[in-house]
Amino acid sequence: MKTLIINLVRRISVPVVIFCLLLGTILTGCAQVATPPQSQQPADVKPIQSTALPVVAGIPRFKIATTTSLYDTGLWNYLEPMFEKKANVRLDIVYAGTGVALEYGKRGDVDAVVVHDPEAEAQFIADGYGINKRSFAFNHFLIAGPAADPAGIKGLSPEQAFKKIYEGGMADPSKVKFISRGDNSGTHSKEKLIWQAAGYKYAADVEKSGPWYVETGKGMGPCLLMANEQQAYLLADISTFLAYKGKVSVVPLVEQGALFLNVYDVMAINPDKITTAKMLPTANAFINWLMSDEVQDIIATYGVAEYGRSLFNPLKGGGCSEPGCPKLEDYTVPVK
Amino acid sequence: MQELWEALVQAVSLIARLDGEVIEISLRSLYVSAAAILIAAVICVPIGGIIHFHDFKGKRVLINVIQTFYSIPTVVVGLFVFLFISRAGPLGGLELLFTPAAIVIGQVILILPVLTGMTIAALNGVDRAVKDTALSLGASGSQAIWTIIGEARFAVVGALILGFGRAISEVGAAMMLGGNIRGYTRVLTTAISLETQRGDLVLSLALGIILIGIAMVISVIVNILLQRY
Repeated sequence: MKTLIINLVRRISVPVVIFCLLLGTILTGCAQVATPPQSQQPADVKPIQSTALPVVAGIPRFKIATTTSLYDTGLWNYLEPMFEKKANVRLDIVYAGTGVALEYGKRGDVDAVVVHDPEAEAQFIADGYGINKRSFAFNHFLIAGPAADPAGIKGLSPEQAFKKIYEGGMADPSKVKFISRGDNSGTHSKEKLIWQAAGYKYAADVEKSGPWYVETGKGMGPCLLMANEQQAYLLADISTFLAYKGKVSVVPLVEQGALFLNVYDVMAINPDKITTAKMLPTANAFINWLMSDEVQDIIATYGVAEYGRSLFNPLKGGGCSEPGCPKLEDYTVPVK
Repeated sequence: MQELWEALVQAVSLIARLDGEVIEISLRSLYVSAAAILIAAVICVPIGGIIHFHDFKGKRVLINVIQTFYSIPTVVVGLFVFLFISRAGPLGGLELLFTPAAIVIGQVILILPVLTGMTIAALNGVDRAVKDTALSLGASGSQAIWTIIGEARFAVVGALILGFGRAISEVGAAMMLGGNIRGYTRVLTTAISLETQRGDLVLSLALGIILIGIAMVISVIVNILLQRY
């Protein structure tokens, strides 16, 4: 009897010890993460965001949803600490395609959205979710593809190029393929717009028209890698393309076209519609800050050192002069 | 294949020079998943015991249902929890979405079925003779139950390691519920996903190697402890 109980205690203690071990890991993990290791950071290392737990409950968390291209290029990493310091908030940045970002906004899960899909934005505002829209940066799309260019699109307009790709893909999908984001992102919306301008009905003529048209549902980077593997064509924003330049063999084939303009907008979530949105003053400060000279100058130079050109173009000083560019008041008049 | 070697070198170098961000992300991965397994264990091990030690109608069906949910996709768990804790959802007022707590909730739900089912299987694995012997030696009913649990410890701890492995390696729920916010909800798997998207394949692989390393350390420590006692 006695030995049985001793054995029992010994055996039960093992799971308990393991539990304690796990618990210990949690606690030390928390403690270590909660104290920011600032001291021994070399100067070139990005500053570490301190707390992982809401220990600093005193500082409000301001949440934004941003489009992937701005995030993937590292621009937000650079801007984030600046705004946190300026507005004394913790800036929580969630990245997603424009469609998902707007959905977060509609559900009240973020306080502001940064997106690039004019039509979807107009709808978002018309439905009462978005207010105080301003533009703050732009760049361009391009069509990339295999250097051999089996569809023969080099130097054409975007619409003509899509036509050639469609015809080539329908004729022989083993030679001509097109990779689509297929995720309701801003880039996907732009792609649909170009198909429409080329004279096709997207849902009826293009989608599911054959094995040449590949819908991935993935972000821009993975799509570029896929296009590279399959030697396919795709529509890409120039920033992501530059970031992947050394990793893929697909080359830009069409770079000129009015449809290629890509404008990044920022909006606050309307507290009248989403009653849980309580950060409107911070959102307004954020919008005005993005239009400020401070940020516009950073946008003008961001990426030059690494890619030889800036990844995004600022709107300040009327840098965007193509048809379709935002009006002057859309990027100069502060919101209230 | 060059990348694989580079990734290995980078993984070692990230650990060796105690890269602040990588350590922070690794620790967060560790404590989020440890919290998940701890909570899940507190729920599942007793439930598994209750199911095993009681005979009732529909027990077989219940076990089948539990086993079916072994294969629940992480993204579905993420979506399910998202709908509950999003501001527009029934638990929106708790403001849990895009916090580490949200990831813990998702991972707990993800591993509940595995842990419960594996606990039942572990107890089943103990020979019935053990229970009879304990009873014949004068143990009370509950003492006999504890004996069986003691005998099943290897398999139960194996289940805990499996659950921990599923939690720390999943990306769907962590991405959807945590949002991969730098310095707040970024864990190893979501960091890997982001770096892949950004095209830094070597760094992604290096982070993957670190994740495997953490899993290895945990399993080695647990096994040493098990063998000692």
